[in-house]
Amino acid sequence: MFDFYFLPIAKALAGRGIAGESPQRRRDAAFFSYFRDGTPRFFHALAARTVKTVNSIEKMDKNQENILQEFTRGEYKHGFVSDVETELIGAGLSEEVVRLISRKKGEPAWLLEFRLEAYRRWLGMKMPEWARLRVPPIDFQEIIYYAAPRRAGEERGEIDPDLKSTFDRLGIPLDEREALSGVAVDAVMDSVSVHTTFKEELAGRGIIFCSFSEAVRDHADLVRRHLGTVVPPSDNYFAALNSAVFSDGSFVYIPRGVRCPMELSSYFRINAARSGQFERTLLVAEEGSYVSYLEGCTAPRRDENQLHAAVVEIVVGGDAEVKYSTVQNWYPGDRDGRGGIYNFVTKRGICRGRAARLIWTQVETGSAITWKYPSTILQGDHSVSEFYSVAVTNHHQQADTGTKMIHLGNHTRSRIVSKGISAGHSSNTYRGLVKVARGCRGARNYSQCDSLLLGNRCGAHTFPYIEVANPTARVEHEATTSKIGEDQLFYCNQRGISTEDAVGLIIKGYAGDVISKMPMEFAVEAQKLLQLSLEGSVG
Amino acid sequence: MDELLKIKELHAVADGKEILKGINLTVRAGEVHAIMGPNGAGKSTLSAVLAGKEGFTVTRGEAWFRGKNLLEMPAEKRAREGLFLSFQYPVEIPGVSTVNFLKTAIAEQRKHRGLPPVPPGEFLRAIREKMEWVGIDGALLNRSLNEGFSGGEKKKNEIFQMAVLEPLLAILDETDSGLDIDALRVVAGGVNRARDPEKAIILITHYQRLLDYVVPDVVHVLYDGRVVKTAGRELALELEKQGYDWIKRQATGEES
Ligand SMILES: Nc1ncnc2c1ncn2[C@@H]1O[C@H](COP(=O)(O)OP(=O)(O)OP(=O)(O)O)[C@@H](O)[C@H]1O
Ligand SMILES: [Mg+2]
Repeated sequence: MFDFYFLPIAKALAGRGIAGESPQRRRDAAFFSYFRDGTPRFFHALAARTVKTVNSIEKMDKNQENILQEFTRGEYKHGFVSDVETELIGAGLSEEVVRLISRKKGEPAWLLEFRLEAYRRWLGMKMPEWARLRVPPIDFQEIIYYAAPRRAGEERGEIDPDLKSTFDRLGIPLDEREALSGVAVDAVMDSVSVHTTFKEELAGRGIIFCSFSEAVRDHADLVRRHLGTVVPPSDNYFAALNSAVFSDGSFVYIPRGVRCPMELSSYFRINAARSGQFERTLLVAEEGSYVSYLEGCTAPRRDENQLHAAVVEIVVGGDAEVKYSTVQNWYPGDRDGRGGIYNFVTKRGICRGRAARLIWTQVETGSAITWKYPSTILQGDHSVSEFYSVAVTNHHQQADTGTKMIHLGNHTRSRIVSKGISAGHSSNTYRGLVKVARGCRGARNYSQCDSLLLGNRCGAHTFPYIEVANPTARVEHEATTSKIGEDQLFYCNQRGISTEDAVGLIIKGYAGDVISKMPMEFAVEAQKLLQLSLEGSVG
Repeated sequence: MDELLKIKELHAVADGKEILKGINLTVRAGEVHAIMGPNGAGKSTLSAVLAGKEGFTVTRGEAWFRGKNLLEMPAEKRAREGLFLSFQYPVEIPGVSTVNFLKTAIAEQRKHRGLPPVPPGEFLRAIREKMEWVGIDGALLNRSLNEGFSGGEKKKNEIFQMAVLEPLLAILDETDSGLDIDALRVVAGGVNRARDPEKAIILITHYQRLLDYVVPDVVHVLYDGRVVKTAGRELALELEKQGYDWIKRQATGEES
């Protein structure tokens, strides 16, 4: 029930060798190469790896089954569909469709070229299969690649009342008078950005916060300079797809030395049926600047699966700090595993200058399938990256998620705190890589990966990969697995605590380290979301 | 209301197997009862059934607590009514410290009794006082409940929780096993301090040792799902000397 292991660098260097060509090994190789771009060729000399798998599919006591079922009634709260008039193009993907999207958005030739190049690359690529996921075949010709809500009053700079009410229902007021104080929001529905609040106020400080399309129009040089530099179009299958058909997203630019005075937040909403969502986020923080950015997402409850394949690129200059937080709550599918979003996302940042800092925080509760590894390339000397994650899977959800910390610069530091919570029949995998380049002196990493199992039918797996090519590095890894079952809940009940409160208490304690890293305005929300998505999952 | 707990002809089944075969037991306020008996007799099962653990079916009989039908209440309600069980095998609760856990438990119990929440200062004072009672290390209380605790630390923690929650009826299931000699004395001291004319304690134990410190008013022997003998404290001494054979013979002899 309690499991602990510790991997000091000495042991890592001793190298538990990887022998033979197993399917797992082939998968690992693919995982590694998936982000080889932007990082130098591999350091094979002192590769070490630890893999730990905890799988608990035990015979389940009938009685526990009942309690579990009784509590597995958590309902998705954002499952409504808005009746908004939407412009759709026909389903299917071809060069013509890529051109059509670009034309609809009135894009410059260089961007169309970027898309077409990505599309051609994509045609020659295969779906990645190394993750511990069972992904049903996706028919890319069945997906609609462009869906735009038609907006009334757009020319007058007003917000369409239907769209406004959609976001109101989601708790995201788009009216600045009602907006959450200290938070600027870019709201994206289906393929387009609907509205961005506090734009003018931010512009006064030279901060650009707008939809991606607007950025292409108004700040083409900036977009062109950075687009694809952190996640090249050919990076992986889904990044290539996104690069070809991305619709909209958010663009953030913080000039040198500027501290962004409010939280920036993008809110993504899928509404149209059968459409995919392919948004692109580009965040550039120049030297000595600071910004805290949060993205949230929801989708209607539908029986079919929908694809979401986003790309996020972050460039952090010297002495700059970026906090990037995510509350991912895409529709997870129903209790029998019907419907839900397939979430294949590539997020990567680069600490380009000296002492740059990039902090990832994520609370992941949604999606039927999650495939996502927010990563940092620590290029500048003394740069720092941290990754805090809570990933919840319930019912039939599957998640294969984690991070990669690539140490290139000297004295770079990274910290990984990953908390997986699995319930129901779900499967929750942590996959992380810590890599220290040969020429990188004095790197440090600390990783902590905890798994919490609720019930007996779910699985938690941990795959921490460690590759250290420089002996001055210090890499530490700790992992625990805990289980909450009938006995734990009875213990709480016996002290007067109801099962629901007990779960809340346990989750709060378990995920507290991560929640506390969220921007304050969202921490409470995130805690509630966790509880909600597990309401019911436990028994 | 003098009778805290009244059990009549209690039968309970688990997985198709009858474990409790007609238990009769009455515990009055102010009393300390000891329940002894060989392994597998049904002592833990009795405490689990009283505390409301799922998985046992009561097929016959009654259990009344402070005049209320215990068997109709969910486990948390029994606890809020003042029933406490010190577990023979306390489980680990990840992510929740003992202090935090107790704060929640007290809040729930007081809410149930219509009492206002305890002011934080008062809560901390109570925690500190009760820590002394049972000689538990403060550092333990801030760690995840029971996670990585030694066997003895877990048992101490159970008694500590009892001391803080101040239940009307505490059932201590082999709290003495796993404690070293000094810890046994300290914990027994804690139990004695919890003795109160309004409250009662049931000690489930295999050894006379604990009963040297916490002197029981009544000693019962449970064997094969029944209370087969009830007497004063001298019964425990006799069992210590002679073992259970004579009781078993008596019990089976009476039966056939
Ligand atoms: N869920 C269950 N299903 C089947 N049998 C059970 C179950 N729980 C307990 N038993 C059986 O009931 C009997 C009584 O168990 P119990 O734990 O109550 O004994 P005990 O008197 O506490 O013993 P010990 O002194 O060893 O703690 C044992 O034979 C045990 O195996
Ligand atoms: Mg027992």
